[in-house]
Amino acid sequence: MTVTAAAELSDLRSFLHGLPGVDKVGVEARAAALATRSIKTSSKAKAIDLAIRMVDLTTLEGADTPGKVRALCAKARRPDPADPTCPPAAAICVYPAMVKVAAEALAGSGVHLASVATAFPSGQAPLEVKLADTREAVADGADEIDMVISRGAFLAGEYTRVFDEIAAVKEACGGAHLKVILETGELATYDNIRRASWLAMLAGADFIKTSTGKVTVNATLPITLVMLEAVRDFRARHGRIIGVKPAGGIKTTKDAIKYLVLINETVGDDWLSPDRFRFGASSLLNDLLMQRTKLTTGHYAGPDYFTLD
Amino acid sequence: MFEYAPAPESRSVVDIAGSYGLFIDGAFDGGKDGNVFKTVNPATEEVLAEVAAAGPEDVDRAVAAARRAFGPWSALPGAERAKYLFRIARIIQERSRELAVLESLDNGKPIKESRDVDLPLVAAHFFYYAGWADKLAYAGFGPDPRPIGVTGQVIPWNFPLLMLAWKIAPALATGNTVVLKPAETTPLSALFFADVCRQAELPPGVVNIVTGAGDTGAYLVQHPDVNKVAFTGSTEVGREIARAVAGTGKRLTLELGGKAANIVFDDAPIDQAVEGIVNGIFFNQGHVCCAGSRLLVQESVADELLASLKRRMATLRVGDPLDKNTDIGAINSAAQLTRITELSEIGASEGAERWSPECTLPDRGFWFAPTIFTGVTQAHRIAREEIFGPVLSVLTFRTPEEAVAKANNTPYGLSAGIWTEKGSRILAVADKLRAGVVWANTFNKFDPASPFGGYKESGYGREGGRHGLEAYLA
Repeated sequence: MTVTAAAELSDLRSFLHGLPGVDKVGVEARAAALATRSIKTSSKAKAIDLAIRMVDLTTLEGADTPGKVRALCAKARRPDPADPTCPPAAAICVYPAMVKVAAEALAGSGVHLASVATAFPSGQAPLEVKLADTREAVADGADEIDMVISRGAFLAGEYTRVFDEIAAVKEACGGAHLKVILETGELATYDNIRRASWLAMLAGADFIKTSTGKVTVNATLPITLVMLEAVRDFRARHGRIIGVKPAGGIKTTKDAIKYLVLINETVGDDWLSPDRFRFGASSLLNDLLMQRTKLTTGHYAGPDYFTLD
Repeated sequence: MFEYAPAPESRSVVDIAGSYGLFIDGAFDGGKDGNVFKTVNPATEEVLAEVAAAGPEDVDRAVAAARRAFGPWSALPGAERAKYLFRIARIIQERSRELAVLESLDNGKPIKESRDVDLPLVAAHFFYYAGWADKLAYAGFGPDPRPIGVTGQVIPWNFPLLMLAWKIAPALATGNTVVLKPAETTPLSALFFADVCRQAELPPGVVNIVTGAGDTGAYLVQHPDVNKVAFTGSTEVGREIARAVAGTGKRLTLELGGKAANIVFDDAPIDQAVEGIVNGIFFNQGHVCCAGSRLLVQESVADELLASLKRRMATLRVGDPLDKNTDIGAINSAAQLTRITELSEIGASEGAERWSPECTLPDRGFWFAPTIFTGVTQAHRIAREEIFGPVLSVLTFRTPEEAVAKANNTPYGLSAGIWTEKGSRILAVADKLRAGVVWANTFNKFDPASPFGGYKESGYGREGGRHGLEAYLA
């Protein structure tokens, strides 16, 4: 840990509350303005391929079965069976119980295997349970862990407790990458989202992620913009690049391209890579494939030309 | 790097004729003496059209037409006048794409702006004043306020159609008739507006458009049968007009220059403040009378803020106004470019530090890179004179008192901005600023319901809102 990081931790509360505020009207106006960028032809084609490579193809249902997970893994490896030039997705994201199945199905593909852990989605479990959840998933083959923070603790102002939990999970991850889900819809204000972003980064997150996808408000452009500003400022201060993952509610190519524009004009090149930016999504991939086919063939193919998994 | 492919708006949605006449008494005709001038696309220097230059006889005819129309128009019930204004507003909305492209071609402003800011505001202004036409007795100017008569209106080139709307909508709602002179470099949208009036079947003579240069405008405002003069433009010309109408009994409103202070306190929301600074000075190439051309930043956060501002400026996209992704378009004219260039050179020679992001400017047309000057003091000319271009002067302050003192230390007083998360500070500082508009944690936001106008050399009278009716009522 650097000296500045140590100093920031010595009084976590005053550091987090000393961060510049976020003006709600302003940040929403900025996100809306960037959403009007017109991305056409060659830049659209590049954006679609990049977005496909950034997808964390996700299934997080009580009804998930080994069969369903295997099908999704096959989809991630080869999203468009009709077109071998189509790149694979970044990762599969599943519950810990499904990690073993997914690990077998993805073996040798280069597609990452992410697992939600730490009593996803509520995070309302004892720390020991969360750590065991994490260790199990890593032992079964997950190389990325998507943890949830204790929003209750954060909202109660117990920042040190949230920090310690993240740090403990990070340790339990071993070599696996840690994505920290802030559940921004429950933090409610942009000031809280900025503070939670910094808290997670200081505690050792490799990625900060918006949402579980299980609450009413999931990823939005302004929320993601605030998080991108946080990772940008964190790098300026600490030199470490933290990734960002919006998740939940991103369904169309148009949506995905708006996020890429946001990255491009806020943090720039270094984040335009699956190592630094992911989409947590399920239905998005097929829309990307549909638009990709439209660009290469010049016409739209119906939904039956894309695999349902 | 994620490069955006060109995304040009189609030029084919607007059909520009080779030449245009004057719009007098509901019909277009050539000027009496046949003089014409050319209007060019400032982004390419291509000639867009030839336009008639109105001489004294033409202005006489236009004023006479407006006088004839005044009786019947002012006698209409307010609800009937409102119908015409609502109709005009709807036609503007229907033709907004065409008018937006036209405005960008003639003015040089980015299509993003003419499409998303100018045209929606133009329509909103007509809708707003249409709503007042039958409620004038309740506007607070007495039980039976009367129109003044024939109004002579002279507007600038920075927001050609929007300034037209600001002038014409309240004048018509209150029962006056209009002779309007658009700026010499941007006459086209006013002439298209004349066509909108015909489409709306506005009675002949209620709106007349006379194109021409400064002498046409001078003749119009001095015309003995004009009862009210409204001018938006430079302080220099505003002074001449004030002199010309002094003692004539004509009513006068002036909306002139500005040198607005955009004040950033140390507790400001920095990322949004940077957006507000960018919007304040680079919106419409800085061709905005209320532009935030002086940034006053608290010294304790100046370095951090300037680093953020420079990083943000590096993402500004300067170029083809018709490209949907362009943020900064062309400077409106060669003359304006010369003025911006000269004042910037003075800034550098007076010792301020000049900075622009790397940006490639097109070969043809009139262009100026977004520029900031740091280390500026109140003694620099670039801190005192209106540049009317994409040039920002950065000054620092230590205390709120110093910020207010510096903000007010200008002959102008049109607008100001305050950036702080502290509500009480917003109220305290706004109270002390001598500026007609004070924005808090935003900048360059307009609404037809909000009055607009200046202190001191920024002019007098208010446009917009209920207050905007007063200038057109006796």
